[in-house]
Amino acid sequence: MSKAKFKNPVVKWIDHRLPIFSFMDHELNHYPTPKNLNYFWNFGSLAGIALVTMIITGIVLSMNYTAHVDYAFDSVERIMRDVNHGWLIRYIHMNGASFFFIVVYIHIFRGLYYGSYKAPRELLWILGVLILLLMMATAFMGYVLPWGQMSFWGATVITNLFSAIPLVGESIVTWLWGGFSVDNSTLNRFFSLHFVLPFVIVGVVILHLVALHRFGSNNPIGIDVKGTQDTLPFNPYYTIKDLFGLGVFLTIFAAAVFFFPNFMGHPDNYIEANPMVTPAHIVPEWYFLPFYAILRAIPDKLGGVLFMFGSIAVLFVIPWLDRSSVRSSQFRPIFKIFFWILLADCVLLGYLGAMPAEGIYVILSRIATAYYFFHFLILFPLLPYIEKTKPLPISISEPVLSGSSPASAFAFREKK
Amino acid sequence: MSTKSKTKNNKDEGKRDFLMVSTYAMAGIGAASFAWPLIDQMNPAADTLALASTEIDLSSLEEGQAITVKWRGKPVFVRHRTAEEIKNAQEASIDDMRDPEKDSDRVTNEKYIVLVGVCTHLGCVPLGQKSGDVKGQYGGWFCPCHGSHYDHSGRIRKGPAPTNLAVPSYEFLSDTLIKIG
Repeated sequence: MSKAKFKNPVVKWIDHRLPIFSFMDHELNHYPTPKNLNYFWNFGSLAGIALVTMIITGIVLSMNYTAHVDYAFDSVERIMRDVNHGWLIRYIHMNGASFFFIVVYIHIFRGLYYGSYKAPRELLWILGVLILLLMMATAFMGYVLPWGQMSFWGATVITNLFSAIPLVGESIVTWLWGGFSVDNSTLNRFFSLHFVLPFVIVGVVILHLVALHRFGSNNPIGIDVKGTQDTLPFNPYYTIKDLFGLGVFLTIFAAAVFFFPNFMGHPDNYIEANPMVTPAHIVPEWYFLPFYAILRAIPDKLGGVLFMFGSIAVLFVIPWLDRSSVRSSQFRPIFKIFFWILLADCVLLGYLGAMPAEGIYVILSRIATAYYFFHFLILFPLLPYIEKTKPLPISISEPVLSGSSPASAFAFREKK
Repeated sequence: MSTKSKTKNNKDEGKRDFLMVSTYAMAGIGAASFAWPLIDQMNPAADTLALASTEIDLSSLEEGQAITVKWRGKPVFVRHRTAEEIKNAQEASIDDMRDPEKDSDRVTNEKYIVLVGVCTHLGCVPLGQKSGDVKGQYGGWFCPCHGSHYDHSGRIRKGPAPTNLAVPSYEFLSDTLIKIG
């Protein structure tokens, strides 16, 4: 622990009473970070920035939105046409949700590839899955607020999932709706929860960061940091790397917001909700499609719902399903192949979720669903007994410097 | 404490445990009873429950036509069935149905079938009310969301829906006037 020395007397005075500056210096400035992190380690900070963007634009949107079945759709159209810069703020919020999920999904697959969920980072992983669940709930309720056809029917289909629960299912659905169908009470409570859940996410993100800083980041070769020769201070090395990544991310994000703002949306949601007519083809937002495909793959209502929730529940126990002590896929030749199969499987499920539930699509959905569960429930525990892992390097410095002295990095750290 | 006898001491600890357990229990009951209003406020309010009944005039509904009315925020289907449709519904074998029910148990007047127009799978509104709609393999209704087929009696015949389309409680006020709810 480095004792921070501040020159500014005001900072010094405050820090003596409330050590906030020492804390930031320790966790954001000197924070020792493995020196071999690649660009896949940018996505955690990107997710944080996406969350803040969503909260800021969301608060501003709520100042112009009316949560009532008679006014919701029109108030969103008013934001788009009449409110100053309303179109920009809404398009950032709308596309921000998609980009948040893109970033988080890459972040999750990064963790799966490099075994970041393994001891001692199990709780870090579990908190991450919890954030994913909260994000899904928040995104779902947010999508209902514009009160378009997809909003309404998406809400109807998803809330009806709970009617599959034996005995109490119907009562739970009525309780969720506050009536006998998705209606004004439903819209109001969704608005309330959509507003508050992001702050719950912020809370869990803080816990996620506390757990992260307990042992520090995992790294591409997945072996533990042996000492200061294996690390760099977070600032300026990773602040600048994260900022460069942010620049690339914002370029792509801006391109979507300004040139393809409705690419990831659905035209039916620009038709006001009509409880008497279901659109011919209901699809959820793209980030739910793999789960939707699993739901439809099972030819039984309760079974489909259980498998869909199970596909997320299984993520919570991954740290204990994977019996291998080697973290990174770089040293697990068979695991690595299956990682790419899993990724392809998830993309395929996403495609199938967007297709009508008939013919070949149903068969493919079943195969892809079976593979998803096979991967986690059977492959993860059994593979270590078959797989011969490659020898691990002695330290992080060894492959990075390939024999040359780690003195330069070491010396720099000492000087600070 | 050291001056007191051992038995006295144990007795005090027993008392203390009792006080602790009863304090936790009372706090638990208090928290739960305060939580209930917060949970129950999400159930349908009195004014929502009051919107319970709808009357429908069937006099202008010709044979083969169907109308949709709104009841409790949901669509209710009424179809004036043709003789052939009635025959189909009555003669279909119920043995291999997922939710076996005789047509006669689902209608008051066999000419009119009255159903809650909400698919029992995940709540979409099935097609089949308009003349141009897809009606599915059994000629009744077809849910476009996940492909459930219903017959002329609104019974599930194929697809993921677990049960038949619900029949709301209704009564004939006259030959051509019904009251739902």
